Amino acid sequence: MIDFVGHKRWFFLISWILVIIGIASLIISQIQLGTPLRLGTDFAGGTSMTLQFSPIDSHEVSWRDFQSHLRDKMAKLGYGEATIQNAGEGSFIIHTQEITSDEANELAEQLGAELDSQVEITDYYSASPTVGAETARNAGIGVIIAAVAMLLYIVWAFRRMPSPFRWGTCAVIALLHDVFIIVGIFSILGWLAGVEIDALFITGLLAVVGYSINNTVVIFDRIRENVSRHISPDFAVTVNSSIVETLGRSLNTSLTTLFVTLALFLFGGATIHYFVLVLLLGIIIGTYSSIGISSQLLVVWEKKEWRALLPWARRHA
Amino acid sequence: MKRRSVYLLIFILALFGFALWSIVPLDRNVLGREGLRLGLDLAGGSYLVYQANLSGIEPGTEDQIMDGVKGVIERRINVLGVTEPVVEIQNQGGEYSVAIQLPGIADIEKAKETIGLFTVLEFREQDATGNWTPATGTVNNQTLTLSSRYFKENTSIRVDQYGKPLLVFEWDETGAQLSEQITTRLLHKPLAIFLGDEPLRGQDGHIIAPTVQAVIIDKGQIERLSLADATELKDLLNAGRIPVPLGSYVNGEFESSVPLYERTVDATLGADSIHKSLTAVEIGIALLLLFMILYYRLPGLVACLSLGVYGVVLLAIFKLIPVTLTLPGVAGFILSLGMAVDANVLIFERMKEELRGGRSLAAAVEAGFNRAWTAIRDSNITTFIACIVLFWLGGTLGAFMVRGFALTLFIGVALSMFTAITVTRTFLRLIIGSQVITNPAAYGITSFPTVRKAK
Repeated sequence: MIDFVGHKRWFFLISWILVIIGIASLIISQIQLGTPLRLGTDFAGGTSMTLQFSPIDSHEVSWRDFQSHLRDKMAKLGYGEATIQNAGEGSFIIHTQEITSDEANELAEQLGAELDSQVEITDYYSASPTVGAETARNAGIGVIIAAVAMLLYIVWAFRRMPSPFRWGTCAVIALLHDVFIIVGIFSILGWLAGVEIDALFITGLLAVVGYSINNTVVIFDRIRENVSRHISPDFAVTVNSSIVETLGRSLNTSLTTLFVTLALFLFGGATIHYFVLVLLLGIIIGTYSSIGISSQLLVVWEKKEWRALLPWARRHA
Repeated sequence: MKRRSVYLLIFILALFGFALWSIVPLDRNVLGREGLRLGLDLAGGSYLVYQANLSGIEPGTEDQIMDGVKGVIERRINVLGVTEPVVEIQNQGGEYSVAIQLPGIADIEKAKETIGLFTVLEFREQDATGNWTPATGTVNNQTLTLSSRYFKENTSIRVDQYGKPLLVFEWDETGAQLSEQITTRLLHKPLAIFLGDEPLRGQDGHIIAPTVQAVIIDKGQIERLSLADATELKDLLNAGRIPVPLGSYVNGEFESSVPLYERTVDATLGADSIHKSLTAVEIGIALLLLFMILYYRLPGLVACLSLGVYGVVLLAIFKLIPVTLTLPGVAGFILSLGMAVDANVLIFERMKEELRGGRSLAAAVEAGFNRAWTAIRDSNITTFIACIVLFWLGGTLGAFMVRGFALTLFIGVALSMFTAITVTRTFLRLIIGSQVITNPAAYGITSFPTVRKAK
């Protein structure tokens, strides 16, 4: 039998590393961009549009080169601060200050002439700048409400266990851990690849909240069953057998969901590309944290092995 | 037990047949039934969100007034012949906004013009320097501007004895008082009609500013309009009587006719998105089915059949409610498919354990379902909670796509519980009960350790 519980320090260490990388990225982004995450139109306001270019003569220009040309021309036309994101196949997502659709059409026309390409605005989206702060606040409230609701639900579902509040807390810590790591990854993508977060990012995060807890609940459910069957006087052993017994399910479910989500990520088009990435990361991290975090936290709490939470600390001080 | 399974099978087949009948073909209207409803991101079209300025409104009547706004906008859009417009009123902590989806209208300026027409038309007079300033009067010690909100909805066109069109209108009570004060003051002077900061213009481009010929109290008429101008103004006043200004608050200031959000998606991008997501979903599902069959063998095959029922019934539900399908909705569908598989996986893993533990096939199936149920229930409820929060949040985010995702995921997960429990179980019971396949390899284990006879 694989000893997951015995290796809990490793799980905690990996998670700490991911969390610290996330914090570092948020700080770097704050210094470089003035914001911890690169904010899209939903949050920052302004106009974002998808421009579809189709070069008339096929002189060998890679889209990457094309993107830097595009950046130069945009700067020349007075849109120097615009974010440009390559969405593949000659499609670019541009985020500027708020402009009307007439101005957008004019800009597209000028860009087409400058870059000697046919261009079409396939997606135009404009949002008033002041709604951003409110939207960000609502998004935060949404994640908190969801987390509190999950906590209450798990406390209720495990009400027959001793200290049900502990189960809920461990599950919610794992869930916040998942959310934070994804936020960290998108912060990195923000300053590396110009990826912006939007309303769909928040949607994805909340879906991850549901999915992450889903995995944890399946393992907790088995622990609950094994505790009442008294399979071992040692809680650590009970938890470990519960993880091992549900391992097939955890991996298979994640794999099957990964197949379909990965297909959507690779072939599904630019509009929901990063939304699907959130789901994809959520499935992987959620599965990992249900095995490596939430269940292990239960053991730590039961045995009062608080020192295990800081894996770099000496074992027997 | 067996008879019950047969009844259930008949029920499942009937449900499957009905669902199949109602969704084929997906994209056409057959016998008056509509195809799947596609969101803007898939069909192309425009999306607008306006905030309502309710500052002049009596507290407590907001809901009623916003209902009226919705009705007026719907009526006006229907005149345009947009297929399946969606008009939603959103209330967020007492701040009201209206979200409008106009599938098929890719010209956002035209869409805005259409919606903009619903905002209040204001009457203005010329001051000494020739600038247009709002024509105001005093009613109940309040200074009010004469505007289209005081028109009764019975404005009509008549023709005078010379064959010229006349626009005949009536004021409501407040309007009559205002009109009396203003027309008394402005006798023989022009009175222009403004939409926001722009005067209404006739087809020839001149400002529509009729000269006041007499004091108008409750009824009046406007002369010297071309028939086309008169007709447009009449439609505007009748269909466009929106009681509150629509626009957006920018830094605390209300800007009339400026939308809070606006979005236009080109129909070709939509078609491309449909094509791409279909490819993705096909590849994904093929991989998933392959995995299920290779890993779980016979139960895996049964799960695939049950997933087939799941997919068809889900599409039928989407169509019959109807649920507007958006790109994130497709992702929601995919995720719910994962959940549907999950329920099956939970049961099969449990079944294998029970088989290894020495139970007979039939007993293992029953135990697998019964024991897995609590896990399926408890884990799916967390997804429901997330969906409900998302649905609430979707209303405040001003993004129609968020709700589409939450709704499809919710319906999908709810249905997956039904298919895993009822459909998969019935299929498995019937197969095992018929004792056609008893080879342990078919169930993914090497042998039945101690085979006890099932009752």
